Amino acid sequence: MSIRVTAATAKRVLLQLRHDPRTIALLLVVPCVLVTLIKYVFSGSGVFDRIGGPLLGVFPLLSMFLVTSIAMLRERTTGTLERLLTMPLAKLDLLLGYAVAFATMAVVQALLVSSVAFGLLDLHVAGAKWGVMLLAIANALLGMALGLFVSAFARSEFQAVQFLPAFILPQLLLCGLLTPRGNMAHPLEVASWVAPMTYAYGALDQVSRGVYGATLAGYVLAVVGFTILALALGALTLRRRTP
Amino acid sequence: MPDHADIVIEGLRVRRGGRLVLDDLSLSVQAGSVTGLLGPSGSGKTTLIRAIVGVQIVESGTVTVLGEPAGSPSLRSRIGYVTQAPSVYGDLTVRENLRYFADVLAAPRAKVDEALATVDLEQAAGQLTSSLSGGQQARVSLATALLGDPDLLVLDEPTVGLDPVLRHDLWQTFAGLAAGGKTLLVSSHVMDEASRCDALLLLRDYRLLAALTPDELRARTGEQDLESAFLRLALDDAP
Repeated sequence: MSIRVTAATAKRVLLQLRHDPRTIALLLVVPCVLVTLIKYVFSGSGVFDRIGGPLLGVFPLLSMFLVTSIAMLRERTTGTLERLLTMPLAKLDLLLGYAVAFATMAVVQALLVSSVAFGLLDLHVAGAKWGVMLLAIANALLGMALGLFVSAFARSEFQAVQFLPAFILPQLLLCGLLTPRGNMAHPLEVASWVAPMTYAYGALDQVSRGVYGATLAGYVLAVVGFTILALALGALTLRRRTP
Repeated sequence: MPDHADIVIEGLRVRRGGRLVLDDLSLSVQAGSVTGLLGPSGSGKTTLIRAIVGVQIVESGTVTVLGEPAGSPSLRSRIGYVTQAPSVYGDLTVRENLRYFADVLAAPRAKVDEALATVDLEQAAGQLTSSLSGGQQARVSLATALLGDPDLLVLDEPTVGLDPVLRHDLWQTFAGLAAGGKTLLVSSHVMDEASRCDALLLLRDYRLLAALTPDELRARTGEQDLESAFLRLALDDAP
């Protein structure tokens, strides 16, 4: 791999986003609106303070999953991927280029949503706010890696967007955000152990509650592990030779 | 013209979607020449080109390019490949597209302006690629292949839908590149472009119908017009 090609790829992906201001606006504004909605829908119940912190870190996962799966699908269908793979470009250059670009977007997104939640909406978390934000960025990378991997299984953009309800929503239900995993039927609890989002949510929950221990470390390691695994599987789907 | 082959194919057999699309194909392409790969659409031109640039899974046979098996990593900076559909980023400007590919190829930035001039797109450099016409987008795609300094250029129907003046200029560019020692393989389904080539590979029904020069094709068929010559060859070949 080469730093030159990785940097060029990251810059190219960001340039593509810059030419699409509406997508940037949606990426930044929608999470702010949703956080605000949650605050007022659950006003006075304490729910906002319980799930607000974890939610800040879940938004980047969702949006980067969607953006990456569509972006990578486009690379496949327009032939740019095939062209790039005939050039002196390592698969890792492409994957890391995307990672750097979307991590940059995730930083901006996390900073903005956190400012709104902590500054305007008076969200209280027991733990470190910067910890929540770091996890938000880690989750953005996890979302990107998962999006990259599943994009290989979509033949059209219609299919790609359906992967959000098909692949991400069940994880959102199982991860413990809506109901503690211990209360679930046993098979569901077992399923939740293999879902990447369980660890993404778990780590955010621990940090939000200010619990810094082995459990948190385990969750964070799992998030990093799933990201690397998804990237490695994603790299396997980038084939230089096709039928 | 250097007297050796840059592309040597022996017994190439390719199956796509369960169907045989190239059957026992053998041919060679001379270094420092413009070789035309001609045949009707659906004759297997694109599959052959994909096998040469090493992106096609082949069933059997050997494809040797610049002395190495097709698809070898060391070939990636030595081959310029232009696909039939323009493979560029529609949501980037023309210049942004070329700059990105120049960075990937480690080509100097000056090459970007040079390539823009070659394909006559200097006026459109700042425009979004998706806002251009199909022919212009094809030229952006072609410019991309001119950025590096490849020894071999493989162009799949690069002149489709271009106006005659630009087509003429591009063929002169191709001839100039060949004179400078580059090897070009250019596919086309328009027979009048055959006269621009040093050598011809005529493909029909997934087989090589003939490999000869335009003059040899005229002499062999007694036809001056290359379209008629191809037709005669195809008819004589029919069982």
